[in-house]
Parts: sequence; C-alpha cells; structure tokens
Amino acid sequence: MKYEIILTVNGVAYPVEVDAHASLLHTVRDQVGLTGSKEGCDDSECGACMMLIDGRPVNSCSYLACQADGAEIITVEGLAPGDDLTPLQSAFLAEGGVQCGFCTPGMLISATALLAANPEPTPDEIRVGLSGNLCRCTGYDGIVRAVSKVARG
Amino acid sequence: MTATETRVVGKRLPKLDAPDKVSGRIQYADDLDIPGMLTGAILRSPHAHARIVSIDVSKAEALPGVKAVIHAGNVQQRPFGYGHDNLPLKDRKVRCVGDEVAAVAAIDEATAKRALGLIDVVYEVLPAVVDPLEALEDGAPLIHDERLDIDGNVSMRWDFETGDVDKAAEEAAVIVEGTYSSPLAAPGAIETHVVIASFDRSGHLTVWSPVHMVFMYRKELADTLGLDWGNITIKQPPVGGSFGGKIDIDTHDFICVLLAEAAQRPVKLAMSREEEFIGTRTRQPIHFKLRTGADADGNILFRDTHVISDNGAYNAWGSHAMLVAMNTVTSLYRVPNSRMRCAVVYTNKSYGGSVRGFGNPQSTFAVEQQLEEIADALGRDPMELRIQNANQAGDVTPQGLKITTCGLTQCLESVKEASGWNERRGKMKDRYRGLGAAAFIHVGGGARIYGSDGCGAMIKMDDSGQISLISGSSELGQGSETALAMIVAEEVGVPMSKVRVIHSDTDVKPWDVGVHASRTTFVAGNAARLAAGRARDKLLAAAAEVLGKDDLVIEDGVISSRSEPERAMPYDKAIRRLLLREEGNVIMSTAFYDPPTENQDKGYIGNISATYGFGAHVAEVEVDPGTGQVKLLNLWTAHDVGRAINPSAVEGQIEGGAVMGIGLALTEELPVRVEVGELMAPNLHDYGLPTMVDAPRIHVDLIETNDPLGPFGAKGIGEGGLIPVPAAVANAVADAVGIRPRQFPLRPWKVLDWIQTGETSNVVKGAGRG
Repeated sequence: MKYEIILTVNGVAYPVEVDAHASLLHTVRDQVGLTGSKEGCDDSECGACMMLIDGRPVNSCSYLACQADGAEIITVEGLAPGDDLTPLQSAFLAEGGVQCGFCTPGMLISATALLAANPEPTPDEIRVGLSGNLCRCTGYDGIVRAVSKVARG
Repeated sequence: MTATETRVVGKRLPKLDAPDKVSGRIQYADDLDIPGMLTGAILRSPHAHARIVSIDVSKAEALPGVKAVIHAGNVQQRPFGYGHDNLPLKDRKVRCVGDEVAAVAAIDEATAKRALGLIDVVYEVLPAVVDPLEALEDGAPLIHDERLDIDGNVSMRWDFETGDVDKAAEEAAVIVEGTYSSPLAAPGAIETHVVIASFDRSGHLTVWSPVHMVFMYRKELADTLGLDWGNITIKQPPVGGSFGGKIDIDTHDFICVLLAEAAQRPVKLAMSREEEFIGTRTRQPIHFKLRTGADADGNILFRDTHVISDNGAYNAWGSHAMLVAMNTVTSLYRVPNSRMRCAVVYTNKSYGGSVRGFGNPQSTFAVEQQLEEIADALGRDPMELRIQNANQAGDVTPQGLKITTCGLTQCLESVKEASGWNERRGKMKDRYRGLGAAAFIHVGGGARIYGSDGCGAMIKMDDSGQISLISGSSELGQGSETALAMIVAEEVGVPMSKVRVIHSDTDVKPWDVGVHASRTTFVAGNAARLAAGRARDKLLAAAAEVLGKDDLVIEDGVISSRSEPERAMPYDKAIRRLLLREEGNVIMSTAFYDPPTENQDKGYIGNISATYGFGAHVAEVEVDPGTGQVKLLNLWTAHDVGRAINPSAVEGQIEGGAVMGIGLALTEELPVRVEVGELMAPNLHDYGLPTMVDAPRIHVDLIETNDPLGPFGAKGIGEGGLIPVPAAVANAVADAVGIRPRQFPLRPWKVLDWIQTGETSNVVKGAGRG
C-alpha cells in the first residue's frame, strides 16, 4: 500500500506517494530529485545522509518518509538561500574542510545544527558535536577549523 | 636549493570543485540516472570454501520485473588477476565468503533482491583455511587446486638480498628479533563502489565508474569479457574517496557490464556498506619476522626478514604490496646488508587490494620498532640513532634507489624539537605516558611497475582566453585538479581563474598509468607543466608578431616586452590575433612525461621512483594500566614534500593520512570468524573508523627540499601521512609502560595482555650492553 504525503524540502512542498517502509533519504533522492544528501551506510553510522527536520539533525537513511510528512526539511541544497554560499560553506572551502566531498553534505547539516544550538562551541565541543559524521579524507582538522572560524564570527 | 619565485604555486587555495561539493550540486556515480536504467544485485557465497554443485535460476528468471539473471553457465568470461586466478562469476568453486556466484538486473532494487532469493545454489562445503600459517602446513586445504604452477597455497614469492647478511650478523654488536603483525583492514571510503554500464545500438560500451587507473581498467574489462577495448569509453564521475579501494577494476565492474549486455539495458550496480566490506578489496594482514643488527657505535649493519603476506582468496593488487614493503626494509636509513624472503599466501578470506601505503605501514611497524629496540639495547637515544643512520641526498641505496633530495634529518629534528623529545621521552612513566617516533621512506616521483610510468597532458587556449588542461590523471578528492591548474597558471603566467582541468573521460584524455603510488602531482604535474610551457611559447610567438619584440614575458595574463614594458597586450588578444585571420591557427600543445626511472630487475634492484618522500612522526600516548586503553594525546608530523604546490591541500593529505594511521594503530580491523571464514562485523561502527573525537589535532611541519625533477620542486605526498603512525604509537606505548607491541591495532585487551605477560624486546645478541 502506498501513502500520499507532502514533503516540504527547502521550502518547497512535494506531494509524493511512498511505501510505508520508504526511507526519507531514498524518497528525497529518488522522488523529489535532490541528490545532495548521500548514502554511505544506510545504518546511521556515517552521517552523510543528514537532513534537518524542523531544525533537528537526523540520519535520513534511518528515518521514514512518512514520519516527515508535514515537517520542514532542509537538505544541503537548501542551506544557502540564494547563489551565495553560507559563511559555514565558505569556511569549509577556505579551511580545507572538503576533500572528496561525500561526507560534506551531512557534515554541514550537523555543523549548522550545532551552531544553532551553541553559537560559540570550543574545538572540543565541535568534535563531540560532529562525532556522528565520519570523514575519511580530511582527518577532521580542516572541518574543526572551518566551524571554529564561523563560531568566532 | 632555493625555490623558484612563483605567483600561484605555493599559495593556499581552496579546491576548485569545493563550491559544488558544499552546495550539494556535484554528482557522484550513485547520483547519475540514465533512462531505462535497471538495478543490479549480486548473489554472494555464504561459504568460505565450497564446490558449486549446481545453480538453478529458473524461478528468478520467471519473476516479473527481472530482465537478466547471469551466472558462470550463461556468460562469456575469462580469468583475470595476477596468475589469472579469478573469475567475475565463479564457476567451479567459491574461495571466500562474498564470492560472486550469480547476478540479477531488475526494474528496481526490491525486485532484484527478491530474485536473488529465488536462485538455488547447491554447494558442497569444503574445509576452509583462514590462517596463513595453517595454509602453509602440509595437508592444508588447497585453495587453488587448479593452479599447477604454484607450490601449495603459496601464490608468489618475493626474494631479495644485497650484501652479506650472515657476515654482518657475526660482526654485529647487537641484534634484536621479533615478529610483527597487522590486521585485515579496509580503505573505508564513505562512498561505496558504484558502477553503471550501458551499450549503445552500435555495441559501444560506456562505463561510469569512480576508478582511478582507467586505461588499465578498460584493458582488463576488454580482456576478461572478450570485448573490443577500442570500443569502450570509461567515464569517471567525481570519486567519493578511494584510498586505493577504487584503484582498478573489481569483480562487480565486470558483472555490471555482463548484466547490461544480457539485459540490453543500462544497469547500475551499487555496493551496500556490508558488501563494500565483504566484496571489495582490503588491506592484507602481513606477518614480519625481522632481525636488525647494529655495531657498537649504533650503525645499522643489516636487516633480515621472513614475511608472510596473507593475501586472501585471489591475487589482486595486494599481492604486489611486497614491492613497497621491500623499499623500507632495504632503504629506510643506510642499511648496507639486507635480505627479504616473502611468501604471498592464499587463504579463504577477503583478498588484498591496494590500500594507501600499500605494504609500507606494516613494514614500517616492524622496522621502526626495531630501530628503537636497537637504541634501547645500546643505551642510545633512538632519535639520535635515526639521525646518525639517516639517508642523505646523493645516496644510492643497496636496492638501487637514488636519493636525489632528502629532508629526513630535518624532519627528525623538527619532530624532536616540537615534541620536547629530549626533555620528555622516558620521563613520564609515572603517569603511564610516553613518546615514540617513527620515520618513513616512500616513492615520491612515480613508481615504475609497468612498461611506462607516464602521463599525457594537452593544453588548448580558446578565443575567450580560457585555458583547458586535459590531463590523463584523475581527481579523487585529494586536490590534484587544483594543483594541476596551479601548475598551468604558473607556467603560462595567467590567473588561476583562466584554467580549467578536464580529466574524466578516456575518449578525451591522453593515456596515464593512473592515480597510485603518490604519483599524480609529480608525474601529471610535470606533464602539465611541459604542455603549458609549450603553449606559452606559441602564445609569446604570436604576440611577438604583433608587438614587434622578441623579449616577451607574460605575467598575470599580460604579455609585455622586457626592454620596453609599455609594449604590452592581454594574452587573450594574442590568441585571437593568431586565430581570427586568414591562415590562422589555434594554440594547442601536448606533452607526455615519463619519469627517468628503471623497471627493477629480477632481484628487485633498480631505481623505481624519480624521487623519494621522507618524513618523521612523534606520538604521545597515555596508557591506562588497568584496562590497556591507549589514548593518543598528540601527533607531531614533519614531511619532506619537496615543495608544497598548495600548502593547505598538502596539509590536508598529511592530516587525513595521519588520522587513517591512527585508526590502523588503535582501532581498525576486520576480525574473521575462524571456523567459517566470515567477517564478524562488516559495518563502519564496529570496524573502528576514527570519529572526530578519536583524533587529536595533527601538528604538521612541511619541509621543502625543492626536488630538481619535481614540478616546481614538488614530491608526491599522498600516502606518507599514514605510514609511520602505527610504529610511532607502538613506540610511544613501549616508552610509557615498557612493553613491546607486536601487533596493531593496539586494542585495550591486547595491550593489557602484553602488560600482564611482560611482552618485551627480544635482544638476541648483545643484551645488557646498554
């Protein structure tokens, strides 16, 4: 049986039909057509699929699409309102927070949520706050520098 | 040697592809969709060793939505791999859990998976052997009984000897001996392997795969499946991390093409995380039995090793990791006599590929622990002993490695100073803290393992002033695209914004060996620089006609006369003046750079790389004597990078490599259930990939030695950050609690066991002399 739901992604409402077991990640990638959020494990281990749901960072691979019906969903594509990058995105560029880029969407979502909850995190707080997001390329230092740079303003 | 003055090279620049990566716009293989594309899935063996009695696919074929079901009985395939010991779809036997037995293409993932469940395979289970030492015993199950060219389960041997080790052992004042082991580990890229294959109506095959030895990939694809290699295009989507895991063709690549051929539709095959661990290549466990001897003054006299490389069920790239391990045994420090006897052994488990460091972290773990053991036995400071024995520019090692530039001593001095070595080593035992060092040598100027070690480059300048570099190389996320653009901008004399790099399609780009062996900045960089210089000369010749001067230079996009600087023009105008006229011309250039190196002879003697990278790390740890937990407090690193083209990218390579090394040192391993040969926990959490809280800040010092052959002096640095970490951490634990770690990762229960059993250094000659 299919369910008709409305996913509001980055401010746009998308009516979609989904199976009860469809994950939010697959629905947003395959039906909404926004492929910025990545699948690295499909098991809430890597964080590459993270989206904000009503401001909360969630591993969308392990979240049912039906649960997100009516919620405000933000993906990496929706972080910057226009063509300009957000200060956090710019800091990731400048501080070497990006290499292969596969973890970056989830990392940015997680960091956005961290900064919303704690606008001036210490490096240790950043490391704890982002410890649900795995990166294999950077060794994390570039990411910590980027988030610290935005936190300092 | 002083560095050339530069305008672009040496600047800290963001990666060119980073804006698309932070905005979610970049499209990896799994983000691509082709009309009519089917989903593929692979049926894998649940047994480590079994005979395939029969395969019945009739029920799967009858399932609505299934477009193709393939197995060894209904496809054309030939053996591949070293020794031609592997098949895409296994025909007679399976030799590890995860072996590919059949595959399905269907309209969606759910249908494909349901179809897999409808395939009936009857196996006759055979005794399996997962321990390489047991695989070497008489009467052990023969894993490749069809191979009459090998001795039992030993698939390859690598033997090397220079000097007279036995005589050196007689003369040595001190000798230490030990066996050092490493685990089955994984590259651990966050993107899993994804491949798409599509045939057009004329039979031309296009494959999208995040692979980075594309030309070898294309050849092996054609050879194995009986295709015309001139009728295949490989396109490389952006790579979501590789670390060697995606270097070359893997079994699923062949299967995807076979499915597309059978279904006559495009097919995508994406590995789940579990399949990524089970069904793609790993870092092979290696056992090093090593002896090192030195004279009473601390000069290293010899190294003598017996190595068992546990390469798993088939010989993929991993069988050749001994080539790199050997460089460290023979050539890290001045070692006049060395011997290496290595057996690559088949076992019934996941098989080794090419993972960052490629045998060197394992080799360095043994060699650099024994350096400190020798120092301790002689009562000498290990850092001083390293400096005393360090390689120097101008050395040719007994294996024939020509050391052109060498910053090893500077690297050692740097980490000694930064870590407070003299004041702190051996003096924090009361707090269970210790310092340990390790250095490394690694190829830094290509690695000639093939007929050519070259890379092609083409430059074209169009009427807008756009300069395109079409490079044979590939970007994996490491930042080579940006480094190559910087080299071209510098060499031509234009701003970075005018340069684009194209490097992702075999129909377009010139030949290259591929990305491996830390070679891209050096080899592809030299090719790019040569092509750019030739294009610049054509540009200046065109401008000379207009300006009437022949002493022209170009800086920041403006061409001017040295003697009359007011005679000047923008470079793009010169391009148009040449182009837009009768009998005009367009500026294009090509270059092929093959480093001046040698294929090693049958005794493995020869200069494999045009230059060598060196570095040194010091780790500071705190050990909990009650639990065995090792906490890494600090890691100081210094690397001879030749010259940093883009320092922030170089630091990123070292920081990222170092954290990968920390994972190897402390947490990462894939335990295998011995009775059945399956991985106990094929997932990222249990695997122990370091998180942000597991890694300390990495201290990085870049030492620039300006290699005369490197592009603007650069050496390759892609792997070095990782290599010395397990050895440095083990040495730090030895300093903290007086034990000698013989295996990594240093999991708490092992460390506790070593503390309780008093696992210490084994000084076989000269004990007590310190």
